[in-house]
Amino acid sequence: MGLLSKKDSKLILDPLADNNPITIQVLGICSALAITAQLKASIVMSISVLFVMGVGNVVISLIRNIIPSKIRIIVQLTVVAALVIIVDLVLKAFAYELSKELSVFVGLIITNCIIMGRFEAFALGNGPWRSFLDGIGNAAGYGVILIIVGFFRELLGSGTLLGIKVLGDPIEKTGLYAIGYENNGFMLLSPMALIVVGLIIWVQRSRNKALIED
Amino acid sequence: MEYLELFFKSIFIDNMVFATFLGMCSYLAVSKKVSTAVGLGAAVIFVLLVTVPLNWLLDQYILKPGALSWLGEDFAEYDLSFLSFIMFIATIATMVQLVEIIVEKFSPSLYNSLGIFLPLIAVNCAILGGSLFMQSREIATLGLATVYGLGSGIGWFLAILAIAAIREKIRYSSVPAPLRGLGITFIITGLMAIGFMSFGGMLTGGDEETKDTPEVVAEVTSAEKNKDNKTKNLK
Repeated sequence: MGLLSKKDSKLILDPLADNNPITIQVLGICSALAITAQLKASIVMSISVLFVMGVGNVVISLIRNIIPSKIRIIVQLTVVAALVIIVDLVLKAFAYELSKELSVFVGLIITNCIIMGRFEAFALGNGPWRSFLDGIGNAAGYGVILIIVGFFRELLGSGTLLGIKVLGDPIEKTGLYAIGYENNGFMLLSPMALIVVGLIIWVQRSRNKALIED
Repeated sequence: MEYLELFFKSIFIDNMVFATFLGMCSYLAVSKKVSTAVGLGAAVIFVLLVTVPLNWLLDQYILKPGALSWLGEDFAEYDLSFLSFIMFIATIATMVQLVEIIVEKFSPSLYNSLGIFLPLIAVNCAILGGSLFMQSREIATLGLATVYGLGSGIGWFLAILAIAAIREKIRYSSVPAPLRGLGITFIITGLMAIGFMSFGGMLTGGDEETKDTPEVVAEVTSAEKNKDNKTKNLK
């Protein structure tokens, strides 16, 4: 990375693993779980959050010296809400089916704690470029978990990935289904999202002992 | 009867935490002790009870397509529903601030137990989620909206109370080290959510009532698609 100094690239790379917003900082769980039954929805959600976080962090960082600290939460919420409305309208225009499926969860990006958390913790004290990198990094860390969960839930739950039947056809008994494999419909139900995230945390913390809680 | 049905439905079947995962962040962060969990839970009930009916009025008389017709003929065609996110969140943030000031003024003891949680609540997804679900499910009257707010709040309260009690006890169990803390909390919540799914048939005697929640609807449609494919293939 010639463009970024070592300190800057750390801003992007840290949240991807050892300081992941979902599994370590416990931010932004709400939306992470509800929409991960399909990989496509997870990817769209990650991109939306990436956009809102990147732009929002820059905006907040630019106006950070003008905001009176007493009403900063309302100001921050307004900035996020405006960005989310843009995302919502774009989704409605270009991916109507998907936006129906995501329903209120696009709106809930506003109260996604990951966004407010980064505004408070980073954008209010740093310049626009560094805030931008921090926003992108954290949104990417969030997206990685979302995509992993979506991948496993769609693969094991309906035997497809992005709607393509990768394990063969369950009705005509081709591929894996020929030898008696069955889809685990339970993976599509919401409680499994929690358990999959729990298992991801387990794997991550077994690999990096420093993260284990007391 | 309609009121009672919506009340129990919003507590058990469409439980904020277990069915739609709203308010998860504070649910995980503030559930280490029962006493703090009770404080936050009570504050959530209170704020939902106030903001859902308020946002219902806002939706009904300002935002909905044709809602501005009370201003006169010229405004009858306006559709401001694209503004609902920003209006709802502004209402919630202001109400939370206002409630904080009022409670501090008139009941210092309540303020001491609730006060520190109130600012947290403005960014709790359960609150905005309550208003957005109220809008997308087209709840018909102000009374029903109030009942819906109260029910959702109580459902959230029950969930955080239960997990806090379990987390206090689980300290004495030998959980595998990497799962300790956050990991096991996720898995327990998952198991509790499976338990809550059994409430699904409660109100309708086993009818397929739970399909109201959006992500279940998504699953159902995909299941139906499979069924359609099946019938097509059979043909």
